[in-house]
Amino acid sequence: MTTTIGLEIHVQLATQTKMFCGCSTAFGDEPNTHVCPVCLGLPGALPTLNAQAVRLATRIATALGCTVHEVSEFSRKNYFYPDLPKSYQITQFDRPIATGGSLPIVTERGARSVRLTRAHIEEDAGKSMHAADITLGGETLVDFNRCGMPLIEIVTEPDMQSGDEAYEFLRNLRRLVRWLGVSSGDMEKGAMRCDVNVSVSPDPAKRGTKVEIKNLNSFRSVKRAIDYEEQRQAQCLTDCTPIMTETRHFDEVQGTTTSMRSKEASNDYRYFPEPDLPLLQLDPTELESVRTQMPELPWEVQSRFERDLGLSPYDAALLTEERSTAEFFQQTIALYDNPKKVASYMGTEVARLLNERGKTLTETQLTPVALAGLLTMVEDNAISNTASKDVLPLLVDTGTTPMEAVRSLGLEQVSDTSALEGFAREVIAENTTQVDQFRNGKEAVLAFLVGQLMKKSKGKANPKLAGDTLRRLLK
Amino acid sequence: MSSELPRTLKQYRHAVRAHELSAEEYLDETRQLIERGDPQVKAFLHLRLDAARSDAQAADPSSPLAGAPIAVKDNIMMAGERCTCGSRILEHYVAPYSATAVRSLLAAGAVVPGKTNLDEFAMGSSTENSAFFPTHNPTDLTRVPGGSSGGSTAAVAAGFALGAIGSDTGGSVRQPAAFCGVVGFKPTYGLVSRYGLVAFGSSLDCIGPIARSVRDAAIMMNVMAAHDPKDATSVKRPHVDFEAALQPTLAGKRVGIIRELQGLDVQPEIAAAMETARKAAVKSGASIVDVRVPHILSALPAYYIIAPAECSANLGRFDGVRYGLHVDGRDMTETYSRTRNAGFGTEVKRRILIGAFVLSAGYYDAYYKKASSVRQLITDELDAALQSADVLLTPTTPTTAFRLGAVTDALEMYKADVFTIPANLAGVPAISFPAGKDAAGLPIGLQLMGPRWSDAELLSSANVFFTALGGES
Repeated sequence: MTTTIGLEIHVQLATQTKMFCGCSTAFGDEPNTHVCPVCLGLPGALPTLNAQAVRLATRIATALGCTVHEVSEFSRKNYFYPDLPKSYQITQFDRPIATGGSLPIVTERGARSVRLTRAHIEEDAGKSMHAADITLGGETLVDFNRCGMPLIEIVTEPDMQSGDEAYEFLRNLRRLVRWLGVSSGDMEKGAMRCDVNVSVSPDPAKRGTKVEIKNLNSFRSVKRAIDYEEQRQAQCLTDCTPIMTETRHFDEVQGTTTSMRSKEASNDYRYFPEPDLPLLQLDPTELESVRTQMPELPWEVQSRFERDLGLSPYDAALLTEERSTAEFFQQTIALYDNPKKVASYMGTEVARLLNERGKTLTETQLTPVALAGLLTMVEDNAISNTASKDVLPLLVDTGTTPMEAVRSLGLEQVSDTSALEGFAREVIAENTTQVDQFRNGKEAVLAFLVGQLMKKSKGKANPKLAGDTLRRLLK
Repeated sequence: MSSELPRTLKQYRHAVRAHELSAEEYLDETRQLIERGDPQVKAFLHLRLDAARSDAQAADPSSPLAGAPIAVKDNIMMAGERCTCGSRILEHYVAPYSATAVRSLLAAGAVVPGKTNLDEFAMGSSTENSAFFPTHNPTDLTRVPGGSSGGSTAAVAAGFALGAIGSDTGGSVRQPAAFCGVVGFKPTYGLVSRYGLVAFGSSLDCIGPIARSVRDAAIMMNVMAAHDPKDATSVKRPHVDFEAALQPTLAGKRVGIIRELQGLDVQPEIAAAMETARKAAVKSGASIVDVRVPHILSALPAYYIIAPAECSANLGRFDGVRYGLHVDGRDMTETYSRTRNAGFGTEVKRRILIGAFVLSAGYYDAYYKKASSVRQLITDELDAALQSADVLLTPTTPTTAFRLGAVTDALEMYKADVFTIPANLAGVPAISFPAGKDAAGLPIGLQLMGPRWSDAELLSSANVFFTALGGES
């Protein structure tokens, strides 16, 4: 059995205002508070294009290697639904802003590239809340805050063959949109939504009947729905029951899909060019500057970390999950040139603190300078590795320098020769037997004497310097 | 005093600035005319004369419109006023904001006496398609005022306002202006903001002034022509003073006569008016050139595909969910269909159905796409014709105003737009100006078209024709 999977992903562009009006895109406010004549589709109101949404769309399309078209066109997609106030959605149809492109994924089958069909920009609809969601005595209410949110829809070729691959594709796409600041990628807040097309065929050379799955609210749901659908369709083929071309609904609780509607009954959307908006013309020099100013992409950084810095795939992936983390790491190793040490420290000690505080790296006071300074102090024996773990929380929470933190915690190692000499003279005076043994050639006794010195310094003496000092005074 | 009442915006402005007349006094006179005449003419759907009087009192005499009453077609939003579009579906709808054109007029000192009648959603050529009542032609109350801006033109013709604004999708300002003996101007598409005009055919719709003289139309254009960031199809242009651009002659101008329109069946007096205008043009220094627009007669069928297609989408929002008429059904679909069935009149339903049909899968290429190609062809041909001529002269309408109820066949009614539609398809400016009367004393209108963005020059040329044919400069 061969499974073929294609995805249609809606990514909400991280603009301050909606696609065609000045309303806020803030999430989670009182229903129908971010609305105006334009996004409510009131008679006489007209759309005006959000230039920032176009810039973000151009950025993500360029990063995905799409052909970004200098001229594209908006169209109206007509259908009646209470959450669609104009009775049409402004989208792109015949002439999308971008076509082609691809996104790399790495799964058990190795590294490969998933081709993209197209990417187009469009506005979101409002949100219907049915009786099942709310206690309204069977009524449906509509919240138009979401109506007119800017989206880019990315459509893949049917290039994936398992739920794992689809999962990896989505993870990598989310990492990319966050990396570029194009979207929060937050599926829970609806900033990323995905519809799946799955077909199973007994003949690898032929494609099976395409089934669309909707209502997928997390990456895990996407994988579960595909896994279920794969089995269901395979069973149909085994049982010789026909697979219908249809749209199915994923039930998150049951982990199953159920038929929503057949494709034959689907809408005729009567697309036509949107007369309220001129053709979207992109400035070729701006397009070129998007290309030239494109940062190194996450998977490029990840492989560079592995290849050039010798990091493990695990560490490299962890450090490239967020662009700010990768940048932090790179700034740190510029000051303290031990990538593996920094990676491991960030992956363990720093990660644990972030986890405890429920914060991301950028939300804390920790700076690359501070982290590099801390690791340098450990390497220089100014503090012990154990002591560094007491210092780190201060750096994270207060933004103090490692030097000050060590001092305020009283953790500095005593490397001051005169202080050490003082301790050494006391130790020599109090341990005459051992001193004689050492002088008579019993080298091993030095360790005892160093131990005594450490005790006197309450553990803060630099052990190596302590040994050197004792040896010098005993000559 | 009423015997000396100013007849034009220009005269009014002069009188107010010379302190011979105040805006309130003029509004009171206007009120009397409305109260006496409108029960017969029925130009207005709603009046706001008390509010208008306060506005007139507050009007600055030095402002461009100095408190002059300007009527507004009831498909253009004015905040706090009803905006019915002549339809049951919006019978009680109150505008929550003002159209940009209305804001510009108000800011320039206009006073709005009321909202005027129209064919439902501006679909019609007689104002008989209003869901509320038909408007009558002030020249002959048994006749239609034309449409769809029939209320606005009748109001201006009857002295209920010094000017008015209407919307012109296929001739809805110019055709009723011709029928009522006033000036109606459709600017270049994109010159006046459409924000707040209830969309019919978005790629064709233009707001335009209706006035008693070409100069008055220019005065109104000075107020309304401006780039509007709220309308993406509004175009940024250098500032033009339309009134100051009016020239006294047509010296050096080439007036084009479109050969393909010559064979059309036109009322003899209108053909005669064309001849008179042609002579006047020559006398004023113009040359007459013969131009060809080979596909111009395909404009009408192309228009009656494109306009309904756009209207079928534009009118989808009237679904009874958020505002307007709502008729309950057993489910969502039935609620939609009951609401829209009860809310829309026959002509609107016809166009929505045609529009949905020409856009539907399997028919799109044969109808909508084909019509769009024809539109492009006609646009190119008109552009070329306007290279060899500075203006094109045509009748505005094939006939003068017909009797109420006389035209019942939809196709016959559509044919009234044959001369006016090409300008909308091409987005070029066009103006109708009065050019005499027929044997029954009914006004005749002639039309001039010009190149895109030549609005000031077109108004200037029209003004020469208009004054040469007896109009007030």
